[in-house]
Amino acid sequence: MKERLLLIGNGMAGVRTIEEILERDSSKYEITIIGEEKYTNYNRIMLSNVLQNKMTVDEIITNPMQWYEENNIKLVNHDPAVAMDTERKEVTTESGLKLAYDKCIIATGSRAFILPIEGSQLEGVIGFRTIDDTLLMLEQAKKYKRAAVIGGGLLGLEAAKGLVDQGMEVTVIHLEKWLMETQLNEPAGNLLKKDLEKQGIQFLMEKKTTRIIGTTRVEGLEFSDGTTLEADVVIMSVGIRPVTQLAKDAGLTVERGIVVNDFMETSAADVYAVGECAQHNNMVYGLVAPLYEQGKVLADLLTDRPVEGYKGSTVSTSLKVSGCDLFSAGIIRESDEVKSIEAFNGLANSYKKLFIKDNHIVGIVLYGDVSEENRYHKMLRDKKDISELNPVTLLASAEDGGVSDSVVNWDDADTVCGCNGVTKGTIVGAIQTQGLTSVAEVSRCTKAGNSCGKCKGDIGELLAHVLGDKVAQAPTGICGCTDLTRDEIVLQIHEKGLMTSKEVFKELQFRNEEGCSKCRPAINFYLNVAFPKEHEDEKESRFVNERMHGNIQKSGQFSVIPRMRGGQTTPQQLLKIAQVAEKYNVPLVKVTGSQRIGLYGVNKEDLPDIWEELDMTSASAYAKAVRSVKTCVGAAFCRFGTQDSMGLGIKLEERFEYIDTPHKFKMGVSACPRSCAESGVKDFGVIGVENGFQIYIGGNGGTEVKEAQLLTTVETEQEVIDICGAMLQYYRKTGEYAERTAPWIERLGFDHVKAILLDPAQRQALNAELDEAVAGKRKDPWTEVRNNENNEKELYTVGRV
Amino acid sequence: MIEQKQKVFVAKLQELPMRIGREVIVDENKIAVFRLSDDRVRAIGGVCPHSHGPLAEGIVSGDYVYCPLRDYKVSLIDGKVQEPDDGSVATYEVVIEDDSVYILL
Repeated sequence: MKERLLLIGNGMAGVRTIEEILERDSSKYEITIIGEEKYTNYNRIMLSNVLQNKMTVDEIITNPMQWYEENNIKLVNHDPAVAMDTERKEVTTESGLKLAYDKCIIATGSRAFILPIEGSQLEGVIGFRTIDDTLLMLEQAKKYKRAAVIGGGLLGLEAAKGLVDQGMEVTVIHLEKWLMETQLNEPAGNLLKKDLEKQGIQFLMEKKTTRIIGTTRVEGLEFSDGTTLEADVVIMSVGIRPVTQLAKDAGLTVERGIVVNDFMETSAADVYAVGECAQHNNMVYGLVAPLYEQGKVLADLLTDRPVEGYKGSTVSTSLKVSGCDLFSAGIIRESDEVKSIEAFNGLANSYKKLFIKDNHIVGIVLYGDVSEENRYHKMLRDKKDISELNPVTLLASAEDGGVSDSVVNWDDADTVCGCNGVTKGTIVGAIQTQGLTSVAEVSRCTKAGNSCGKCKGDIGELLAHVLGDKVAQAPTGICGCTDLTRDEIVLQIHEKGLMTSKEVFKELQFRNEEGCSKCRPAINFYLNVAFPKEHEDEKESRFVNERMHGNIQKSGQFSVIPRMRGGQTTPQQLLKIAQVAEKYNVPLVKVTGSQRIGLYGVNKEDLPDIWEELDMTSASAYAKAVRSVKTCVGAAFCRFGTQDSMGLGIKLEERFEYIDTPHKFKMGVSACPRSCAESGVKDFGVIGVENGFQIYIGGNGGTEVKEAQLLTTVETEQEVIDICGAMLQYYRKTGEYAERTAPWIERLGFDHVKAILLDPAQRQALNAELDEAVAGKRKDPWTEVRNNENNEKELYTVGRV
Repeated sequence: MIEQKQKVFVAKLQELPMRIGREVIVDENKIAVFRLSDDRVRAIGGVCPHSHGPLAEGIVSGDYVYCPLRDYKVSLIDGKVQEPDDGSVATYEVVIEDDSVYILL
């Protein structure tokens, strides 16, 4: 008969241990898991993403019911263990169920610590720890306006950001002088505070909460200095406490946590503890990586494998708030033995500090730019001797001449995915044995990259490295020249600071030194977006239409479509167009699909003269760029019109014309739901209604018809313009070249895009980024050719003999 | 007997942008001339054998040009359309004298 293995606690550490055991020997045990919550195992780290609208509850479930069934695991859910008898080897649950075991793992985790002050039991006081807490917070955010978050640590700040995203006014109350004081030092903490203030969070620093005011429901907070703060909801995030009552009652040795040795054995025979409830060598860990390391040790032990024992972990932290990149690991306080070097970049608002003891890095604080986190973290873990490196080299980025450390050179035992504790060896093994060819497949099979996703670049590098020539069949690359995906290429462009197509092709080892007709325009676009100021547009990498500023036709001739913003024209323009068409014998004059007039069948060498004589600007009708805006006549003339659709269309066009996008970006503005401008099939469609404007995004009337989805309704034209700008920039930054907005939204998830565009702080940041990127670049190309600004007239020369 | 070839002036080398074609029409015969990244100059028939696209407008990569209409890949060395397609265009000899580029017909 199989031995009975009982796991108390259906959370990340425990279930991970079971997974490790099953991987080693899936038939050794008859497994039962007792869970307190009503959900199957989920990724607790991602709760703040649920709160910030970045993920749904379903998305953070890591082991659905099916997983338990497939592995023959009995799940006793929503029924916490209440008593344990280590003599009889039996555990009792709340419902009275008695479960016998041969081996028992306690992984009860921890709970949010609720300050023992007056009023802490009031309605509206919430700890942030579980799915139910998160759902409660989301629900309360709908009903109430003001939130107070007690505790400016990791969880508190993520909760605060989430509540701001839910539309609440949020104040964080922190006892210490700077935020996240256990992970950050003062300068980094202050940078973080500034960035979070920009995102709408308010702070009360060095304040001690003494009382929660209210009768049945919370009304406010009172502090030790006598001041008060009004609040409708209070989030307690002052820390977590290991859940140990069950173990304590059963007579196990418990201090801060359940005491375990190097083999995760408690003081009782055949009882083990892992995760946040366990205390090893005086340390109780509250982060995920150590829990996974413990799980592996225990799995080895329970499947009779040689086991060295757990030696403790160096913990590292990063914060999941967009726009606040930080990383911290190890010892970050100076002492007689620990010295530090630091670099502060006031321009980029970034900061790095390394703590060094006996020629080894023992601590890291990075803020703003965390691109070096893997490099430093590995030096720390490997206890690399740095006496050879002078401080400047050490602080310099790897690309600036420091020591480059690609994941390819790591040891198999090195962790690539910190969230899920996946080593390089595991990933490489999976790629080899399971024939994986994409980052997504690696994530599915190994869990690496499944949580915060920061390591996906490393996984891509490993894929490229392992598959080598074999990747010719891998359908992952953007074209036949490479097996790298768009994301991998863009990531490396940033990380390696690749400034020209030539460098990209060389550094990323494209099979053709000069790329091909697919990747050349794509790389040129990615570089334009990545380094708008530094990268000089590569004309020879533009497709003919964008190089010649006209659509090439079957005959090899071109079309000329002048700009008429919002579809409005004048008698003078019409006269000019007529004259030019006659003079140059233009074979076809036609009204286009987006309310312009096109001249078709123009010889290349006539283009500059025609543009000169028209004296009009280009409508970009040939470009992967913001196209013209289609409008209906609107409130000024139409009896149904509610808004000035022509006026808004013209404003949108003026504001965004000549901005390059991954694919064409079409807009329409209609003044009522009859939608005469076909707003419902535009990349960005606006429909005027009585109280404002409905905004629809991701529509497409082309090859694959897609209905646009309602994003939101806003009151003012300015909001329409701001949301449009944010969408454009986000599309530019994350879109694959030649990907229309419909598949782009499908790929990223509508809810994700929506959350970004509707977040005031992100919207503002994206608009600022867009403005900076296109400053001085939104020029009419026809005028530039007419003035021969870049010797472009040569392009229109045809030799005749 | 020595065949007398016609020498046709195309442009000064510097006037040809790198990796952007120049079309030269000689007696209604279209020829596409390319200055490659290493300053070699190549001349081939200017019309793609498939959809008759103007090869001078194509994207140039290494020793190949891609037809702007249907993306056929054509060798600038021997004028052959690359697999999986077939066909070919003419190739012409190029001479550079004192920075002046000529094609021989």
